[in-house]
Amino acid sequence: MKPSRFTYHAPTDLDEVLDLLAKYGDEAKVLAGGQSLIPMLNFRLLAPAHLIDINRVSELRNYLLDDSGLNVGALVRHRELETSPEVELAYPILHEGLTNIAHVQIRNRGTVCGSLAHADSAAELPSIMVALDASMNVRSQSSQRSVRAEEFFRFHLTSDLDSSELLVSVDIPALGTGTVGVFDEITRRKGDFALVGAAVLGTWDSGGKIQDCRIVCSGVAPTPLRLREAEQFVSGTDLSDDVLVGVQQLVMESLEPTEDIHTSAEYRKKVTGVIVRRGLARLTDQRRAIHV
Amino acid sequence: MSETIDIDPIESKLWITLTINGSKGSYFVEQRLTLADFLRKEVGLVGTHLGCEHGSCGACTIIMDDKAVRSCLLLAVQADGASIETVEGLARDGALTPLQEAFRAHHALQCGYCTSGFLLSLVARLREGPIETEAEARESLSGNICRCTGYTGMVSALLSLSNSNGEDGEKP
Repeated sequence: MKPSRFTYHAPTDLDEVLDLLAKYGDEAKVLAGGQSLIPMLNFRLLAPAHLIDINRVSELRNYLLDDSGLNVGALVRHRELETSPEVELAYPILHEGLTNIAHVQIRNRGTVCGSLAHADSAAELPSIMVALDASMNVRSQSSQRSVRAEEFFRFHLTSDLDSSELLVSVDIPALGTGTVGVFDEITRRKGDFALVGAAVLGTWDSGGKIQDCRIVCSGVAPTPLRLREAEQFVSGTDLSDDVLVGVQQLVMESLEPTEDIHTSAEYRKKVTGVIVRRGLARLTDQRRAIHV
Repeated sequence: MSETIDIDPIESKLWITLTINGSKGSYFVEQRLTLADFLRKEVGLVGTHLGCEHGSCGACTIIMDDKAVRSCLLLAVQADGASIETVEGLARDGALTPLQEAFRAHHALQCGYCTSGFLLSLVARLREGPIETEAEARESLSGNICRCTGYTGMVSALLSLSNSNGEDGEKP
């Protein structure tokens, strides 16, 4: 038997989930897609006394796209959002990120909110949510709050959720006119965790300048990392070749990435500069596509 | 449904009912048993193989409710009410499916350990539409690992399948 013993709970409504979390929170884990949790149970890196399977809670199963944005419930699987033409059209950056997550067999089960709650600093979605200024809707038996993505990720594998709370959905605001975004990452093999990933978002104004640029990297720090200096460097410019060369240089000189068994800090520093430059260059391509 | 699951406090076992390769059955399973171990040890369907047991290799891939999934990353109790397809459900009356025949014809397997996982991934993929280019073939193989034969034979097998689709009109 791979995992150690636990008591399995299969609640059918949200109130029941929150009651269970209030009762067992400290010794419980929530099971949604399980694509990170079950490996940790199989390795016995985690040995919770209670496992709360939320897969039968139908009110968490849906996503809603409207003029104000996109709301993604806790049970929406990566593959479901990835294959929605409407979501791809509204948020190309999110679509690109989703297609980079592992393999289709994993995306068929893994959930968007589960990936966010897991808060792996090398994962795609946390960085993308910070770039999109998404809000996490968090509930417990006695409280309800909304946490901006930037404040939600605390450390590698550590989010702002406390043990009695559930991430019930994430809200992504609608992108304004002229707003474009891309996601790219460097991996050793397709589907691996990224050595470095970059979510790049900005808004083209009528004068052909990029404004409010957000550059958020995964895999370089214990949380998604906003490169604020680089953002300021490019915001208000036309992203000409000189600007792109300059920002690549700036990122390579200022970044102090983490080092691990997958690669050295030096290599991460170099490729981060490269994918940030590439991402920004693609914002120019996207501007042509939307005819701003 | 939590109210319908019968919890045994001593053995921490639960009753589940599911359909496996078209046959419906009920089983009394331990809560922490993975779906892969359940299929192999409780049902006796040992065609589903286990490699890494943490979702990386794809050897344990099965189809659950029409989607290819890793059976090592699911608990058996999560499959309550589900419809499961394993490699044992592919060939009928000893006749291999066109996909299996193509694997054999193109030397797409050697030791065969990873093969059932590949087949189930591909069956799910082919239901979404034909695989017509090498890039599509390689993409469809990317979630599984083969450590002996490699992927060239599998790519050929897949491409031969889409070439012959028009002729015999048979779906893999």
